[in-house]
Parts: sequence; C-alpha cells; structure tokens
Amino acid sequence: MPDQLIYAIEVFFNGLMAGVLYALVALGFVLIYKASGIFNYAQGVMALFAAMTLVGVMEGQVPFAHLINAVLGTKVHHFGWHLPALVGIVSTVLVMVVLAWLVQRVIFKHLVGQEPIILFMATIGLAYFMEGLGDMMWGSEIKKLDVGLPQGINLWIDEATYNIFDYGFFIDNLDIVATIIAITLVGSLVIFAQYTKEGRAMRAVADDHQAALSVGVSLNFIWIMVWSVAGFVALVAGIMWGTKSGVQFSLSLIALKALPVLMLGGFTSIPGAIVGGLIIGVGEKLFEFLVGPLIGGATENWFAYVLALLLLVFRPQGLFGEKIIERV
Amino acid sequence: MLSNTDGYVTEDGRTIGGVVMEMKNITLRFGGVTAIKDITFDIREGEIRAIIGPNGAGKSSMLNVVSGFYVPQEGEVFFRGEKRPALKPFEVARQGIARTFQNIALFEGMSVLDNVMTGRLTQMKAGFISQSIWRGKAEKEEVENREICERVIDFLEIQSIRKTPVSRLPYGLKKRVELARALASEPKLLLLDEPMAGMNVEEKEDMSRFILDVNDEFGTTIALIEHDMGVVMDLSDRVVVMDYGKKIGDGTPSEVRNNQAVIDAYLGVSHD
Amino acid sequence: MFYREAGDFSTTYREDSQTFPIKFDRYRYYAVLIIAFAIIPFLLNDYWVNAIFLPFLIYSIAAIGLNILTGYCGQVSLGTGGFMAVGAYATYKLMTAFPEVSMVVHILLAGGVTAFVGVLFGLPSLRIKGFYLAVATLAAQFFLVWLFNRVPWFYNYSASGQINSPERTLFGIPITGANTEPWAVYLFCLVFVTISAVVARNLTRGAMGRKWMAIRDMDIAAEIIGVNPLTAKLSAFAISSFFVGVSGALFFSVYLGAVEVGEVFGINKSFLVLFMIIIGGLGSIFGSFAGAAFLVLLPVLLKNVLVTGLGWPTDLAAHLEFMIVGFLIIVFLIVEPHGIAQLWRVAKEKLRLWPFPH
Repeated sequence: MPDQLIYAIEVFFNGLMAGVLYALVALGFVLIYKASGIFNYAQGVMALFAAMTLVGVMEGQVPFAHLINAVLGTKVHHFGWHLPALVGIVSTVLVMVVLAWLVQRVIFKHLVGQEPIILFMATIGLAYFMEGLGDMMWGSEIKKLDVGLPQGINLWIDEATYNIFDYGFFIDNLDIVATIIAITLVGSLVIFAQYTKEGRAMRAVADDHQAALSVGVSLNFIWIMVWSVAGFVALVAGIMWGTKSGVQFSLSLIALKALPVLMLGGFTSIPGAIVGGLIIGVGEKLFEFLVGPLIGGATENWFAYVLALLLLVFRPQGLFGEKIIERV
Repeated sequence: MLSNTDGYVTEDGRTIGGVVMEMKNITLRFGGVTAIKDITFDIREGEIRAIIGPNGAGKSSMLNVVSGFYVPQEGEVFFRGEKRPALKPFEVARQGIARTFQNIALFEGMSVLDNVMTGRLTQMKAGFISQSIWRGKAEKEEVENREICERVIDFLEIQSIRKTPVSRLPYGLKKRVELARALASEPKLLLLDEPMAGMNVEEKEDMSRFILDVNDEFGTTIALIEHDMGVVMDLSDRVVVMDYGKKIGDGTPSEVRNNQAVIDAYLGVSHD
Repeated sequence: MFYREAGDFSTTYREDSQTFPIKFDRYRYYAVLIIAFAIIPFLLNDYWVNAIFLPFLIYSIAAIGLNILTGYCGQVSLGTGGFMAVGAYATYKLMTAFPEVSMVVHILLAGGVTAFVGVLFGLPSLRIKGFYLAVATLAAQFFLVWLFNRVPWFYNYSASGQINSPERTLFGIPITGANTEPWAVYLFCLVFVTISAVVARNLTRGAMGRKWMAIRDMDIAAEIIGVNPLTAKLSAFAISSFFVGVSGALFFSVYLGAVEVGEVFGINKSFLVLFMIIIGGLGSIFGSFAGAAFLVLLPVLLKNVLVTGLGWPTDLAAHLEFMIVGFLIIVFLIVEPHGIAQLWRVAKEKLRLWPFPH
C-alpha cells in the first residue's frame, strides 16, 4: 500500500475521534434546541466554564481571588487543598445545575414566546457574560486539567498496525476513551428520553409546549433539567478538550464547530448530530492533510463552516431534515 | 354556458365582463395528499366570486394556486387570455393580483402608512442613486404613490391611524389595513382569504360594505373565501363550492343553494 | 414645553415624509452638525481623538451598515469582522498599488469590493434563514480572516504578516501615517459618517427600506405583494457590506495604521458591532450611533474608574467589561428589544406632552 494512503487512513481515524468530540458538544445544542427552541450559542462557553470550574475546585482555587484581592487588598489565591477528580466532577455538576436554574430563572423565563433569533442573540449575551464570569472567578491563564484519563499513544494499535502496514498508527488513548464515553453518554441519553417519565415529558415539551402544559408537564422543570443535562454534556466535552490541550479560551471556539455540525445534521436529530460531527471531524482533517499544504494550512479554522454553508445552499433542511412546506 | 368574452348581468343588475382568470383542470398534491382534484372554473371582469366549502375542502389551497404561491402539478391557469407559466409569487403580484391573508400577514414592525405604501412597491422604480440622495425620481415617486395610498386610506376610513405602528392595532383594523395594502396596488384581481374570520357582526357589516364599495367604485374583480354563508350569499355574484378537493357546485348564490350535492356536503348525508 | 408639533403643519406629502418632521428636532439636528463640524475640531487633542472620537465615528459606520442588514432587512450576520477586514485589505492593496490616487477614491472602492464579497456570502440567504444564516455568515468570518492571514499577496509579502498604512494626504494635509493632526483625521472620518448616515436614512425611509422591512417582518407576505426576495436581500447585503467595508478601511488606514488581521478583525469584532446595534436599537440610524457611542465609552469609563481610579489590574477590568456587556445585551433584549433608540423615542413622546400629560 502506498505511504500516502496509509497516512490518509490514520488521518481518517484521528478525524473520527475529533468528530466524536464535536458530536458531543453538538448533543448539548440539540438537547436545548429540541426542548425549548433556543439555539444556545453559549454551549461552547459552558464547556469552557465547566472545565475551569473543575480545575478550580480540584486545585482549591479561591473563586474571584483577583477581584477580592483588588478590592480588599488581600493576597488570597488557594485554599491549599487538592481534591480527587470525582469530588471535583460532582461539585462542578452541582455548579452547572445551579447555573441552569439561574439561566432559566433570570433570562429565558422573561423571553418565552420571543422570536428564535432574539433568543439566539440572548445566548450570545449569555456567552459573553459567562466568559467574563469564568475569567473573573478562576483567572484567565491556561490551566492544566488532569482527571486521571489515560493519555498518549495507544501501543497496542501502534503495534498491530505496524505488523500489517509496516507503519504504526498514532492514535491517542484519550481519543479512544472519549469515544467510549461519548457512546455511553449518547446511549444513556436515548434511554433516558425513551423510557423514563422525565424523558417522555421532555419529548412532549419538544413537540408542543402548549399541549405539554395542558397535560400537566412543568415547562420550567423540564427546561431547567434540559439546561442541566446540557451543562453536564458541556462538562464532559470540557474535560476531554481540557485534558487534551489545556483549559483556555480557544476551547470555546473549538466548541463553536458544533454549529456547522448541527447545520449538517439538523438541529433536532441526535443521530444527525453524531453523523454530522463525524463528517466534519473526518472532513476537516482529510482536507487539511490533502489540500492544506497547498493553500497555506490551518484550513481547520473555516473548513467546517464553509462545508456547512455549501451544503445548506443545496439542501436547506440539512442532511436529515424533512423538506419544509411553507404555508400562508 | 357563457363564452369567454361575453358578459352577463347579475341578480342586482350590474354588468359583468369577460373572463379575467381561468383555472383549467387544476390538480395540486402535497406529497401523497391531493389537496385539489381536477378543478375548473373562471373569474370574470368586475364580479365578486366566492369559493366556499367545509373545512379542509381545499379552498385556501385553491386561492394559493390563483395567487401563484403554489404551482399545481396538473392543469393550466389563464390570466387575461394568456396562459400563465409557473411564476414566482412576486412575479404574479406584478401582473396585478393582490391578496389578503387568512391569518393577518401585515408587516408588524412598520406603521400603517408604510404598510399601505408597500402595496405600491411594484410601481416604484427609482434608481439607487436617486433613492440614496432622496432627489429627483425617488422623491417624485414617493409623493405620487403617497397620494394613491392616501386615497385608499381615506376610502377605508383609516386616516387617524396612518402613523400608528401596526402591532398596536386591534384585529378588525388590522384586517382593514391589510385590505388597504392590497388595494393600494390597484389590482386587476383581488383575492380575499376569509376577510371576515373572527369578526363580530358590526365589523362584518363594515367589511362587507367595504368589499362592495371597492367592487363598485374601482370596478375591482374580487375572489374571496368565506365561511359565513349569509355574507357569501349576499356579497357574491357567483359561487364555487368545493368539498374534499373537488368542485361540487358552481353558479349564482340561488343556484348553489338549491344544489343537492352542496346541501349534502354542508348538512351531511346518511351513508346507507 | 417647547418640544411641540402643534402649529407645525405639513401641507405637502413631501414635507410630511422628511426625516425630522418636528421643527425642534430639525433645529437640534443642525445644531449637532454645526458643533461636530465647526466646534469640536478646535477642542481636540490626541487622546480624545484616539480613545473616543475616531473609534466612535468609525464604529458608527459599521453599525449603520450592520443595522441595514440586521435591523432593517432581518438577516443576522456574524461576519462583520471579516467584512471589515475586506475593506481594510482592499484599501491597503489600493493605497500601495496606486499611491497617487486620492484616499477618498480608495476608501470608496474598498467599500465596493466589500459589497461584492458581501453579496457573495449573502447568496445563501435566499435559501436559509434565521440562525442558520447567522451560522453560515460565520463561514465568511473565519474564511476571510484565514485568507488574509495565510495568502501573502494580501499583505504584500511583508515579513511580519501585518499591513501598515503609508502616509497619504488630502489637500496637502496628511490623513494617514504617523504625522496626522487630530482635527484632520477627525474631520475626514466625520465627513464619511455624515454622508453614510444621510444615505442610509434616505434608503431606509423610501422604497428600498420598505422592501427590506417587508422581508424582515414577513418574508412570504413580502414576496406575495411583489417584493423580489433575491434583489431585496442581496441589495441589503451589498449596501450593508459597503458601509462595513468603508468602516474597515478607515479603521485600518486612519485609526490604527497597522493591522494584524486575526487580532483586529476577529469574531469578537463581529459581536461588538452586533451588540452596538442591539443596545443602540435595531432598525434605527440614531440607534447605530447610540450603540457605537455606548460601547466605545464603556471600556474607557471602566478603565478610568477601575484601573486609574481604584488601581485594579487591567485584565480584571476587561473581564468585568465582558460581564457587563453580556449582561446588558440580555437586559436590553428582555426589557427593550429596540434599544436606546426606543428609550429616546419614548422620552420624546413624554416630552411632547410635558408638562400636561393628560
């Protein structure tokens, strides 16, 4: 087999792994969009915020240390403890639930019935606020996140592929773990939505607010629940990315890639989010590998968006959406 | 049977001209659902033509075919003697067909006057430069078209609200503004989709008077959909009756009233 | 008490459709123009021009541009930063290629180039709507920034990858480069702002504006009454991008003088301009100014109070700014979706009746 092709196969698999992460963030978008019609631009910042909080809790950072020091003239920064990952994750989940409650209570309760585009712009405002809040609470420097996930080259795959192709594939253990976690997460979400009472209520709300209200589903509860679950999904995505490349602002930009993923897959379809994520992941890695060197590289910055844009011009409903019949 | 160019005299003594719009063997499907099956009828110059039928009979779909919003899979549409190709909705509007909507479709962010002025947009052709400096043709057009709109506004008695944002108006007035917008374009054919839906008796009377006056003063040809049988029978010159996508009756109100198929459709018939 | 329309009759439709139908408004408008053109230039120093007036004027043009697209035509764009970059790089290429041609021509041409690019990225708006379109415009943002960053032709193969604005003069007075006078650059931008505002106002109150607003309020109904969505949307994209391009051109050539594209015209710039029109008022030319003024003044104010006054570190003030801006966006969307312009309008309504509100 020619070398180029072997490299391409390796790139393909790495793309799949990246795609899983995109799909994971996209999942958070789909959840909120299905249940409330809100297109949550802040999902990426939520992932960043969750990861920052996790690091902060584990490292025992004092929240708002800079602010406190600036106002009171003190010099606090750490409580001086180091907590195990599990404690950190549980407390972060709690923080995300509180956040979900606040978001619902303070913002979207007052915007019920507004046009989707207004809601969208409100989530951009939310993203800005949370970005400022995250930096204010935990500081803006790049942080290292380690919750004990395995990292580095997977030797077994390296060896196995070496025996076949004479070339060992580099596949990161972290990516494999991420894939497993993502599949588990999606599976449990589907089970939750299909077989639990809350899940059924959630689907009812997604279908028709009024009808759901009239059979006694609490919209408020469902929305808070959905934002909490989306917060949890954001945390998982934040952990994966944070472990990979450190907790920093660019994380929220990577998470923005979930937007074109959704445009490909459709905003309401969980399978669509996953397939869209994989297409984008593989597509951008292969494009960068094959075309990138010819035109200056770093094409990953825009490939996903341009691909989604071109697709939408020809298929406005996305890959899986149904054709829209307009009425007057 | 009337020929296409002959007119006729209505029950109340008005003279109606030749055919303006003719629908021939129209069939419209949405996926597997057939909304309209093989319908043929015409609309004549100066008449008030009603389309009636029970819920889901396909009346609104029919009106959407006339207005060019839906393109039928089969059949032909003739407008003023010429076969109409599959046009975009805005091209149909430029041919002189205006309409109102079942659920009011006004531009909520604009004032009444601006809404009515949008009815003149097809007539305003000033260039970009003229518009950007508000001199020459743009300014002249603005004033001329404003005069036409003001006449319509006077006619429909909405002078006092001309600068009010549409979103602040009550339902009945919105319906009137919508009619004003359609009239402002000086249409050759005016389509009204349930102009009296959701109105109380007085508002219905007002609206009926406006429809008759429009027909009378401007000689506008009108096709309308309406549920209120009393209104339909009083207003219209000829009536098309639809049921389950098919035409089951066509004629003057008194003819239709005595048509057995129509009575069955409205009152129900025992299937034994 | 003196703010009245009573006794101020319009006897022709021409008079009735002017921008300021109320006499007092008209006089105030002339007063603002006189102050801006004849008084402020004498009071300026470097700090005021660079910290407040230039950014305010230049962002106002961008905000007017985006407001035409988003506020009037209802198409949300997140690509403003990218389009400003097009304006900046187009001027740069023109300035360096044709040094003898006037800057005014270059800036207008740069606007034209941006309009063309805007139409190109606006084409999908015919098929996709709402936030689908918003996300699609992100493609413009990321692609354009990448393009100017990675293709050396655009920055004339300079080693730093930056573009620098060489010195150019107008009537013998330098308006770009290192030797500019505060009053000269201020007046230069002010002329562009004034013309932009007048043109935008004329377009939005006439036939074209009505087409845009019809598309914004209900696109299907607009099409049925005879508005061609293709020309309406694309004209909005073109004109909006023209203004944004002019603003990008001034931002680079007159204000900053040197630009690194990712830093200056990144996605945050797109949001900044979007926030200006949300806070200022969607669908209002005055709102574009108000929003630009607000978001230019806010950081200056925070810096003066927190950093200079209270001695906070600068990064803390920056974080607080993010929080305040995000918070304000949400508050405005909840409480007053039409922004400062609407507050102003309500205040005027009250003033008309004051002191006898009944």
